[in-house]
Amino acid sequence: MTHYLSISEIQKDLREKRITCVELVNYFLTRIKELKHLNAFLDVYEEEAISHAKKSDEKIKNGQMGRLTGLVMGLKDVICYKNHPVQASSKILNGFHSIYNATAVERLLNEDVNIIGRLNCDEFAMGASNENSAFGHVHNFVDETRVSGGSSGGSAVAVQANLCHAALGSDTGGSVRQPASFCGIVGLKPTYSRISRYGLIAYASSFDIIGTLTKSVEDAALLLEIMAGKDEYDSTVSSSEVQQYSKEILPAKKYKIAYIKDYLENPAINFSIRRETENFISLLKDRKHTIEGVDFPFLDYMVPTYYLLTTAEASANLARYDGLRYGQRAEGIHELENLYKKSRTEGFGEEVKRRIMLGTFVLSEGFQDAYFTKAQKVRRVIKDKTMEILADYDFILTPTTPSTAFKLGEHTQDPVQMYLQDIFTVQASLAGIPAVSFPFGKDDDNLPIGLQLMGREFCEGDLLNLVNQFVNCP
Amino acid sequence: MAPVITESTVDKLAHLARLSFEGESKQKIIKDLNNILGFVEKLNELDTEGVPALTHISSEINNLREDKVIQNITREDALKNAPKKDSFYFRVPKVIGE
Repeated sequence: MTHYLSISEIQKDLREKRITCVELVNYFLTRIKELKHLNAFLDVYEEEAISHAKKSDEKIKNGQMGRLTGLVMGLKDVICYKNHPVQASSKILNGFHSIYNATAVERLLNEDVNIIGRLNCDEFAMGASNENSAFGHVHNFVDETRVSGGSSGGSAVAVQANLCHAALGSDTGGSVRQPASFCGIVGLKPTYSRISRYGLIAYASSFDIIGTLTKSVEDAALLLEIMAGKDEYDSTVSSSEVQQYSKEILPAKKYKIAYIKDYLENPAINFSIRRETENFISLLKDRKHTIEGVDFPFLDYMVPTYYLLTTAEASANLARYDGLRYGQRAEGIHELENLYKKSRTEGFGEEVKRRIMLGTFVLSEGFQDAYFTKAQKVRRVIKDKTMEILADYDFILTPTTPSTAFKLGEHTQDPVQMYLQDIFTVQASLAGIPAVSFPFGKDDDNLPIGLQLMGREFCEGDLLNLVNQFVNCP
Repeated sequence: MAPVITESTVDKLAHLARLSFEGESKQKIIKDLNNILGFVEKLNELDTEGVPALTHISSEINNLREDKVIQNITREDALKNAPKKDSFYFRVPKVIGE
């Protein structure tokens, strides 16, 4: 089987009858079985995927191909797919089956996407290593003793190990970009509100956005084009025009890019990542883009701001899991308040409980102004200062992460160390702007390095145009 | 200075969040919360006097739609995932006093 980099390559071979959808699905099903120990999939919809592929092959024969016919995709376990299980990798949603499709999923299905299964992630998307899942951690395919990154760890490894062609993830503070970087693939976090959040299990509603994990920029562009845009079921989704991103990525344009000097001088950043960032800066110059260093002295404030706001929002969003209407209910309790407490205490994992507690604290009487409101003010400062740079430059370049994929268990003892994984990714989340992580170089252990570009709201067309000039996934 | 999270703060927060922490898990959450609050203390270095809080990220304002009744989820579907149900209802423990 050819190792396809893009949906257009697959569709070309389908049209020219070099391959069938059934063959493609069988190939992925075999790989999923062979590499089951990576723990990327929570469920595989084998029979459905084969029967879908048969129908797709009929459509091809009749000349009725959808834009995604032949695309075999996995969904992060926070995205609703009607009549299929979804549980945010949490025990509290044991046995839950979605009764509707997320808008993003509905739009992909309308173009004949074939959904092959649901993918492991950190519980309620809270984590940076996929070690907070009730179903266990995911192994990085490059080095199985290392983490996948998170929270969309299963999505990233599924694409990295070619268990499916592309995957959906969700990004609240870096959950698509960081695992994409650890796995050497392309991770796109669109502008906040670009894609409807209907059917995306909520973590922090003013940050959450569905994103893509793909082998090519072209695929990220096509998937975004299909999923983005107005939706009756999400009042926050943007009504601004959806660009034809798949056309916007060509022909290659010249851009003006800023890199943040303090980030590269930060002692926490791994030597190889600094080296590759510098190499990329030289490459941009060679290719006649403009690249200049700027100051941005707010790095140390980003992660604290992010954690105060997201935990507050999470404590409210996760209040709905009470064991009454759906999910897991504690046994043998005959009093309502204790039933809530026992069901939630048994159902949620340690990190989720920690974040609910922190969020409850920052919203509690006497502390709300000092913590929650303060963080909302700092969020404005960070957003405004970021937009000041983007008034003069098209994009901001940073590394995606301070280190490459770390060892399983390396950071599980200290939550703050784990939170610092997000140091470069939370800026775009706080500002609500789009960002993409793309593979660029390797470290001395041959682990992939990811670089990140951020741009102005709704500039995904240009953002992907630039990245497309440099990405060649293996 | 960051406020110190004590056992009684954790008890109060846990009740508000409808969670419970006992023994070792209680000691761990006290330590973690104090650690995290020490870490976020950093924000106080930044002068935000006069900065309005950023509360909405989407630029959509008053995105209204027509107030039409649409049946998109049936009662049967809505009850499908209930751990305990009784014909048309979710079953919960008795909530009215004896």
